[in-house]
Amino acid sequence: MLLNVVQLTLYGIVLGSIIALGAIGVSMVYAILGFSHFAHGDMMTVAAYFGFVGVVTLHLPLPLALIFSMILTACLAVGIDRVIYSRLRNATPIIMLISTIGVSFMLQSLTQIVWGPSNEVYQSGIVLPYKFLGLRLQPVEVTIILGSVLLVVLLHFFLHGTKIGKAMRAMSDNRSLSQITGINTELVIIWTWVITGVLAAAAGVFLGADTQLNPRMGFNLLLAIFAAAILGGIGNLYGSILGGLVIGIVEEVSTIFIDPGYKPAVGFVIMVIMLIVRPYGILGGKR
Amino acid sequence: MSETNGNLLVAEDVYGGYGSADILNGISLRVAPGEFVSIVGPNGAGKSTAMKSLFGLIKVRAGKIAFEGREITKLRPDQIVRLGICYVPQEFNIFPSLTVKENLEMGAFIRNDDYSAEIENVYQLFPILKERRRQLVGTMSGGQRQMVAMGRALMLKPRLLMLDEPSAGLSPNFIELIFERIQEINRTGVGILLVEQNARQALEISDRGYVLVMGRNRHEDTGPNLVNNKEVAEMFLGG
Repeated sequence: MLLNVVQLTLYGIVLGSIIALGAIGVSMVYAILGFSHFAHGDMMTVAAYFGFVGVVTLHLPLPLALIFSMILTACLAVGIDRVIYSRLRNATPIIMLISTIGVSFMLQSLTQIVWGPSNEVYQSGIVLPYKFLGLRLQPVEVTIILGSVLLVVLLHFFLHGTKIGKAMRAMSDNRSLSQITGINTELVIIWTWVITGVLAAAAGVFLGADTQLNPRMGFNLLLAIFAAAILGGIGNLYGSILGGLVIGIVEEVSTIFIDPGYKPAVGFVIMVIMLIVRPYGILGGKR
Repeated sequence: MSETNGNLLVAEDVYGGYGSADILNGISLRVAPGEFVSIVGPNGAGKSTAMKSLFGLIKVRAGKIAFEGREITKLRPDQIVRLGICYVPQEFNIFPSLTVKENLEMGAFIRNDDYSAEIENVYQLFPILKERRRQLVGTMSGGQRQMVAMGRALMLKPRLLMLDEPSAGLSPNFIELIFERIQEINRTGVGILLVEQNARQALEISDRGYVLVMGRNRHEDTGPNLVNNKEVAEMFLGG
């Protein structure tokens, strides 16, 4: 039983890393641009398929395919912002809600048109897992955890060590003061989408590598991503990481007690409870 | 616009407000280079609104605003700040989750040259900020936040510094210190436009002052003359 819980916790950390990468992106967009990005899951989906092109069509090894996907997804994110969101800078939340859901549908349908509705995998065949102390972990799962840690550390240094990173934090603090101060807010927004795209690419490719690809893979994880962002305190980067890990671990461990089919419901229940009990999250986010 | 000549900032007959109703009903004012000018008046006179209109934060319905002979009436704040005007709002004038030093760096965002001299300059003006340069500004006292806000605005070496009620909510000791520092900044040749609730204190150290009432100019004179003006004193200086 204990071994089982530890094993599921390990799987939870893998899933939690993926959720956290998505939640950081959602959280940053919310803090800096002021809206909830419901197309985020589908951005991850498209990113996973960009990685598929890298692996299957270009025969790249997975890490290079990931970088290939990061570049394309960052361009996609900036492109969507330039074409759609930049025209809606001062729109009301309900308009943004509808717009981001619209983008979500567009990305999902485009994925289906281009790559078809069936499941795909990066790599077929059997890979033997690492075994230690009776626990098992796939090599790709170790890569996911280490890759996520590396990205979060890089993001931390970007936000605290570069001019644009500091300006992103400043804009998340106070958008109108940023303008008064002379910060080029449109430039900061473009960088926000670049970072968000890179993180969504990592989340999407990792998710595809851990399971399989299909046009709804990202959308299906969207609820868990928002639950994680809210749990940690939306707008709070470190809260999103914590929230992602909590949601991931609780969802996996819950399969001991309930049918695995209800996993997403667990994330949803946590989100609802959080919104009632502590709407600003564990670490406190943007109000 | 003959008055533009030799003046840093000139506003002529400005009308404007937030919604459909005007708050400013024809305000005119000017600031000469290096001059210290205060705007005072009773609550709701439109003092802060006047300042916001100068900085492009409020739509000006009629009238004309010029800085160094160039019309800025329709420019946005991020365009105006590049011309040499910096503005410190009354509230929410710092980035709370950034450190003191990062706040100052953000003040210099549009500069690509070396601005370490300006940071040193701010630290000299407010030594406590040097000591606390790594502290998050959100955890600091109101007076220290005001210092950060003013320091941030000095990073671009403005020729005009606009301050909206810098003494609001501060203890008397801090008010005195802030006013002293504003004078010190002014002595380096920076023009000051100050909106103040502490009218007497502000006018005493100003070269000139404007008294606004109901969104209009009521009086204009040298600072000391306004303090001694009977009508002004009765109106709101407390007799």
